Amino acid sequence: MSSAGRATASLRHRLAERGIDSTLFLLVPGLVVAVALFVYPFSYGIGLTIQPTAAMREQWGGGALANYVAFFRDPFVFDSVWLTMRLALPAALFNVLASVPVAMVLRHRFRGKRLLTSLLVLPITLGTVLTAQGLLIFAGRQGWINRVLLELGMIDEPLKLVNNYLGVMLSLIITGFPFAFLLISSYLSGIDPSLEQAAKTLGAGWWQRFRRIVLPLLAPGLATTFVLTFVLAFSVFPSARLVGDAMGETRVMSLMAFRAFGEQNDYAMASTIALMMGAVELVVVVAVLGLRSLLYRGTTGGKG
Amino acid sequence: MATSTLERPLAARPSTWFVWAGMAAFGVFLLGILVAVVVDSFGRQWFDTWLPDGLTTERYVEAWDRFDLGEVVGVTVGVAVLVVVISVLVGVPAAYVLARRDFPGKRAVMLLFLLPVLMPPITYGIPLATVMYSFGLGRTLTAVVLVNLVPSVPFVILTMTPFIEQINPAIESAARMCGARTRQVFTRILAPLLVPGILAAAILVLVRTVGLFELTFLVSGPGSDTLVVAIYRGMTAAGGGEARQLISAMSVIYTATMLAMLVVALRFVNPTQLVAQVKETRDD
Repeated sequence: MSSAGRATASLRHRLAERGIDSTLFLLVPGLVVAVALFVYPFSYGIGLTIQPTAAMREQWGGGALANYVAFFRDPFVFDSVWLTMRLALPAALFNVLASVPVAMVLRHRFRGKRLLTSLLVLPITLGTVLTAQGLLIFAGRQGWINRVLLELGMIDEPLKLVNNYLGVMLSLIITGFPFAFLLISSYLSGIDPSLEQAAKTLGAGWWQRFRRIVLPLLAPGLATTFVLTFVLAFSVFPSARLVGDAMGETRVMSLMAFRAFGEQNDYAMASTIALMMGAVELVVVVAVLGLRSLLYRGTTGGKG
Repeated sequence: MATSTLERPLAARPSTWFVWAGMAAFGVFLLGILVAVVVDSFGRQWFDTWLPDGLTTERYVEAWDRFDLGEVVGVTVGVAVLVVVISVLVGVPAAYVLARRDFPGKRAVMLLFLLPVLMPPITYGIPLATVMYSFGLGRTLTAVVLVNLVPSVPFVILTMTPFIEQINPAIESAARMCGARTRQVFTRILAPLLVPGILAAAILVLVRTVGLFELTFLVSGPGSDTLVVAIYRGMTAAGGGEARQLISAMSVIYTATMLAMLVVALRFVNPTQLVAQVKETRDD
């Protein structure tokens, strides 16, 4: 670009007016990383999906699309879509809905708030693997939960809380809730409290204030938080294997993708499952964001 | 917000009690999980009793030798530091351009940086790992660092853009009027103002990299496993996995590392603020 600039000074000037000048070179390293490590492998992966192995071609037919045929026809693989949704949707919904009242209560100032906030943020550092290990010990057959409940005489048999759907759900809530809470409380702090005070002056009860003032302003934030929490829950992998029932009710898509990748060394099929995973997620994200665009967008009065 | 405290009734509403009960349940689970792992890691034998019979620190020594944790911790810290340094060096200049300039195709560039954050890691991780293996980089440290850059660089860009937007451009203009070049504007003007933001982003990337499982797991192997991956491999090893106490000991080492970083992080940043600023980028 510099040589062109020297040839015709006006061209350089005209480009600069449209926002193209040498400062844009600062963007280059970032773009190189994004293209080399994201765009290229991604396109390569898409290419791989239409180069099925001979075995796949023979078993499922469909020529170059054999992997996709296998994905939709093989119930062992295709059911994982449903199994993943069955975990991720309720988990994300619960995390978002439970965060709202907690964030509302924690919005006020009181003693020990900082400690409580830190406690809620703590699980982010635990990571899924440690949560899984802890759940196995704490909520296992001989864990403290079952022990307490047995002592109290509330149950006769130890509850089965891990190595099934419930175990994965618990782990998703423990890791996902703090994240949703952080986001929701930051959205909530962006709503100007004087709006609510005005409503109170006009005689609105707490439900009316919540329903008419806070909820409409918070709704777009709820949608965004739902999307981000859903993304986290959707890619559940370690906990589905460790505290779930990996070959049964928590046979999620990421496990299937990894099985094809690491155990069967069928990179083409693994890429197919991985891409379909992205596609399924995209459908949900687009649906939620589409709903969100119908909601109020604009200033919430709180932050600059 | 402060005024609302004055008007609160003395007796809490039932809804408030409900919230507190829910939080108490969450707290019980959280502490139970943490304490159970710590107790287990120090226990001699723990089967059908409330507490293990006898305490010992042998598990740590055993786990350290058995899983070669010296090397694993070294790899974890090394990878994390490398990823942080590279993603800050690459991400901050890009964030600067996105914060200050308007140019054709800006929305496309933003989308490109947003995609890796929104996509499930496995979706791009598996094609990426396939590429890594086909370049002969499989199970190497290079591959582990490279795959970790994919979510980290966009993360730095997305966190830093609002930070830079907050700095008054007049300061930069003044510096330029006084004859500063772009590089000088960066080192003399922006860098000092951006230090809190860079620290915050760096710490979050550090925590994320140490905790990131999926991507590292796909390309790492013996000698390039990070701590999380080593724990996972221990738990799922053929033949029912390793002894539970060894895994617990490893988990405690992992949490201690993480907590140390979090404590350092909280000294510099208020996490809620940072999220609030991230939010604004994700909004558009």
